[in-house]
Amino acid sequence: MASETVVIPPAELPEVELYHAKSWITKYVFSQDAKVIAIQYSGTAVLIGLVGLVLSWLMRLQLGFPETFSFIDESEYLQYVTLHGMIMVVYLLTALFLGGFGNYMIPLMVGARDMVFPYANMLSFWIYLLSVLILVASFFVPGGPTGAGWTLYPPQAITSGTPGSDGGIILMLVSLVFFIIGFTMGGLNYAVTVLQARARGMTLMMMPLTVWGIFVATILALFAFPALLVASIMMLFDRILDTSFFIPMIYEMGEVIPREGGSPVLFQHLFWFFGHPEVYIVALPAFGIVSDVISTHARKAIFGYRMMVWAIIAIGGLSFIVWAHHMYVSGMNPYFGFFFATTTLIIAIPTALKLYNWTLTLWKGNIHMTVPMLWCIAFIVTFLNGGVTGLFLGNVSVDVPLSDTMFVVAHFHMVMGVAPIFVIFAAIYHWFPLATGKMLNNAMGQFHFWVTFVGAYLIYFPMHYLGFVGVPRRYYEIGETTFVPPSAADLNAFITIMVLIVGFAQVVFIYNLLTSIFSGKKSEVNPWKATTLEWQTSEFPPGHGNFGDELPVVYRWAYEYGAPENVDDYVPQNIHPDKVARKPIAE
Amino acid sequence: MTSSTTTENMTGLQSAAADWASDQRTFKNVPWGKAMMWIFLLSDTFIFACFLIGYMALRIGATEPWPASSEIFALSMGGQPVPLLLIAIMTFILITSSGTMVMAVNFGYRKDRKKTALLLLITALLGASFVGMQAFEWTKLIVEEGVRPWSNPFGAAQFGSTFFMITGFHGVHVSVGVLFLLIVGRKVWRGEYDNQTRGFFTSRKGNYEIVETMGLYWHFVDLVWVFIFAFFYLW
Repeated sequence: MASETVVIPPAELPEVELYHAKSWITKYVFSQDAKVIAIQYSGTAVLIGLVGLVLSWLMRLQLGFPETFSFIDESEYLQYVTLHGMIMVVYLLTALFLGGFGNYMIPLMVGARDMVFPYANMLSFWIYLLSVLILVASFFVPGGPTGAGWTLYPPQAITSGTPGSDGGIILMLVSLVFFIIGFTMGGLNYAVTVLQARARGMTLMMMPLTVWGIFVATILALFAFPALLVASIMMLFDRILDTSFFIPMIYEMGEVIPREGGSPVLFQHLFWFFGHPEVYIVALPAFGIVSDVISTHARKAIFGYRMMVWAIIAIGGLSFIVWAHHMYVSGMNPYFGFFFATTTLIIAIPTALKLYNWTLTLWKGNIHMTVPMLWCIAFIVTFLNGGVTGLFLGNVSVDVPLSDTMFVVAHFHMVMGVAPIFVIFAAIYHWFPLATGKMLNNAMGQFHFWVTFVGAYLIYFPMHYLGFVGVPRRYYEIGETTFVPPSAADLNAFITIMVLIVGFAQVVFIYNLLTSIFSGKKSEVNPWKATTLEWQTSEFPPGHGNFGDELPVVYRWAYEYGAPENVDDYVPQNIHPDKVARKPIAE
Repeated sequence: MTSSTTTENMTGLQSAAADWASDQRTFKNVPWGKAMMWIFLLSDTFIFACFLIGYMALRIGATEPWPASSEIFALSMGGQPVPLLLIAIMTFILITSSGTMVMAVNFGYRKDRKKTALLLLITALLGASFVGMQAFEWTKLIVEEGVRPWSNPFGAAQFGSTFFMITGFHGVHVSVGVLFLLIVGRKVWRGEYDNQTRGFFTSRKGNYEIVETMGLYWHFVDLVWVFIFAFFYLW
């Protein structure tokens, strides 16, 4: 192999001119450096995510111990449910994976100096921040935030009687519109950077799977968010201008309202045309990150790289034709259910392929049980669990009795709540040294992992059972029914206690983050001995312009771990083949 | 996988995939701004598609009669209602502006500063007159016919809601386009793309490629209008 001649094409573009910050403000506040923007995105997302976390505690307090807390009334409970869902799905997960990890990892991993449009990238963050502030403002308007459920289904989202139908729903919709505008500015950056600004030798099939995952998720978001934008604008007009896009003839407070002809199902179609790809907007970056972290910490090449790439693309494509599996009980034509159940179950093929490949990557690997690796293994198990219950809900006849029960809550929390959050933790533990030059405390990391991992299962496994016995979701309290056994109340109390324990573990994590930034153990360069470009920068942590004087040239894929012909355990992507120490070939 | 692959022994499909995946740039000789605009327009296509599909769903499912488009959009000429008169003129103007835009791009490639700027200005003026006529049409519908977003005297309230929302959204696109045509035209006129003046916010040097990127957007707005025209005025 050593005698092989390597032909790397010359650079096609001249060196990009970077904006050089002239003051503290343009360097750290109104920064055009993707790495700073990434930290700003991540910080904002985590802060608003903590609000979502506290809302979940309040919700669980009510569910676990009904008629105990006088400060939670029915309306407030619904508002907690709504804002918890919206914050976690859109403002935390989407923003953190794409705005946070996308901004940090894409330019570094593809060998670019920065995103291609740094100014639009900066605007993207500030518009995102504005949308978060509008969302937070809805807590302080008369009537409070909207309590329509995170799906915001009309007509009840805007008719009187629903909490927050005064100002809350308006601010919610306006906030979503701004989020989408801000995201589009960032998303165009991520997509064009991946397509048009890679380093010499970095073909698409040389890219780490992290970049593939974020790239395809960005494309999904650019094509899915328009549906939410349109739905938000229409509902905003329904609320402000008294139009009837989504309002059929209905009774409100015993009287027919002077509207008719609108279609609530139209909103559901638009919402879920966004909502289902949204699941994969969150999941695909997680798939990519987990592939890279597993490969690095198991010192073994990812199994079936090409198939992993094609699976990401296939899942991305399929995610646009499954949306109505969220609508089996909506009153749409039942024949649609057959089509959407079929496409939904087809998605199991590429996702199962990915799960097998992760498992086969671990197989006979030199597995280092580091904290990032623990999170990744937890992800694989959890994603499998969540995926299996997805098979139940994807089938119309099984879904109908399970609709709007706790089973659904358990399913989507496992598959798109807990599983991607595990990957976010894996990614933070993995890349924290890169961003700060410090290591996170290992003991606190282990504690955080085990409490969160075990706790998540103790929370969500019983919830499946609650759903099977028929406990509905979004109910303020169940009261006494003929079909729900009294033991369900004990189970609910148990779940709530677990939620609070897991919540405490997150406080430990935040403490670990903050103390490690300032007083953590100094990280050596490339502490995990990874091959990808972000660890091969001239400065550590990477500085402005990422790669110093000369951009890297890529000679191989990102998974050269433990190759038998090499002397070293790993070979970074940018090491010239002549400089790689090879073992002598046995005669 | 360990080194760069050679393209000699590939089948057609494999070499096509290799071209797409080739290093540094997927689309060779496509500047960043142009690639960005294409992807943005794809995204924008989804927005207009959602609007128009929503409109179709509401119109098909309307519980009250839909106003006849041949009457409500007619202009009165010499006492006779002439259907589609105004809209035919508007469409003609917008399509013409696409023609002047193409010419501007053409002269932009040749770095012909004055002709490019002049054609951009003409395109902007045609666009502005389109928006002006749209304002006239809206005024006629609102003031004379009594059409409102929430109701109208002719039947289904969704007629006004969808019409104002979708033509309004398109009108905003045209107006933004006019604004940027003027900005780009001014930069061309002042020779900022010839002497590499740095941009105000981005501090990057501009070049004539921006004229083509601007043209992509303008043609897209025209194309969308063809669909809006068909679905609102001919249905």
